[in-house]
Amino acid sequence: MASAKRRTLKGFLNAAPVAIGLYIVVIFGIFWLAFNGAQAMGYNWQWYRMPQYFYRLTEDGFQWGEIVIGLMKTIQLSATAFFFATLLGLIVALLRLSGLVVGTAVAVAFLEFVRNMPILVLLYLFYYVLGPIFKLDRYTASILCLAVFHAALISEIFRAGINSVPKGQWEGATSIGMTKSQAYRYIVLPQSVKFMLPPMTGELVHLVKSSAIVSVIAVAELTTIGRNLISDTYMSFEIWFTIAVVYLILTLALSIGVTRIEKKFAVQN
Amino acid sequence: MEAQEAMISVNNVDKFYGTFQALTDVSLTVQQGERVVICGPSGSGKSTLIRCFNGLEFHSSGSIRIDGIEVEEDSKDLRRLRQEVGMVFQQFNLFPHLTILENLTIGPMKVQKIGKSEAEARARKYLERVHIPEQADKYPGQLSGGQQQRVAIARSLCMETRIMLFDEPTSALDPEMINEVLDVMVELADTGITMVCVTHEMGFARKVADTMVFMESGKIVEVSPPEKFFTNPESERCRMFLNQILEH
Repeated sequence: MASAKRRTLKGFLNAAPVAIGLYIVVIFGIFWLAFNGAQAMGYNWQWYRMPQYFYRLTEDGFQWGEIVIGLMKTIQLSATAFFFATLLGLIVALLRLSGLVVGTAVAVAFLEFVRNMPILVLLYLFYYVLGPIFKLDRYTASILCLAVFHAALISEIFRAGINSVPKGQWEGATSIGMTKSQAYRYIVLPQSVKFMLPPMTGELVHLVKSSAIVSVIAVAELTTIGRNLISDTYMSFEIWFTIAVVYLILTLALSIGVTRIEKKFAVQN
Repeated sequence: MEAQEAMISVNNVDKFYGTFQALTDVSLTVQQGERVVICGPSGSGKSTLIRCFNGLEFHSSGSIRIDGIEVEEDSKDLRRLRQEVGMVFQQFNLFPHLTILENLTIGPMKVQKIGKSEAEARARKYLERVHIPEQADKYPGQLSGGQQQRVAIARSLCMETRIMLFDEPTSALDPEMINEVLDVMVELADTGITMVCVTHEMGFARKVADTMVFMESGKIVEVSPPEKFFTNPESERCRMFLNQILEH
């Protein structure tokens, strides 16, 4: 069986030495293309200038660089927006499931509005229209825009999670005299968490990525920092590569972290 | 008559699902402490009827009074009603994310607002009653079907209700586990609680029932004491049904 497997093309390509070799060739190829292309256009690589944008040791002592400060801002922005998006998403999902005609209508209208609106236009609406009316600064407008945009998607995750709890659980809760809100709180929502965790992680990663959009109204997060640094230094290749890797590390860390939590949940149940 | 109102009184109840009529002109009276067994072919409306007793479903017309409380949709008395009426389901409907002890204490603590230690003492008392005190710290998924159903009975008992409804409590169980649940139900019947059981377990019915009810196509066809019901039922349809299920 094993020898027969090795003889197939797939088996050959999946053998450890071949696979590692292929991987190195592919990665090397990508880098070679990038650097060669840059070389051809006479790009002057200045990687040695990058570390100062992460941290600096000056006469005043240790200082975080712009990229780290931007990353912190991105994390803060994303975390705050995600918190409000979850809250709003839960409210919208509960409205949708409430069985009230008006509740469902409001939820569906919200959902359709947000889902069919480019996030950039939504951001402009919040910053240039609602901003002056409600005296929103750019940071608040960004948080609200991201929260509203992602609340629509999160409400669908909540709805699916709540609906995947069997009907018998409602009946069990009702039969011991629980009100609807007690049944949600003690019985249904705790059980729907395990259905919601994987898509919620995806949504959080999505939010971190879409937070880059607020750079168009100059909120000082990671992408804005990248743009500012480039206009100072003209090192577009180094800086965009670095910014991309920082985003990648952040989102991968989130995914891996949540996978751990999921496993813990799986063991508990 | 005024002094002793019936525990359950059902008067001319109809129930529709869309255009399908699930119950037709059903009337039934259950006295305090009475043990009623409802049987009949599947789809005859037995489960629908008892689910109307605690407001899991609502009847379309007629009236249902449980211990003096009128059962109505959106009534403020519904929660009070549900604390008077316990229910045991075919599929147990235990809460899988809570331990057995938590399954039993969550109702008393959150609904009746009693303290944790009191709720736990009560839970252990009723776990003892259903003969599985040693399972308190496990999760429902770790128990056998028969044990889960006994926990479900204990969960209802923990609410200290005056009426217990059983909706085919042994139908989802493996044959070797049916008796352990029926034994608990027989013991429970001896405590004087008002019981309404939908079941096909005729041995159990013979043992505990004060009244047998036979339903078919959403109607109550026969109500009689078990001696008469099992030996000389009035309706032909009931006789045929009994022959079918007692033959084997």
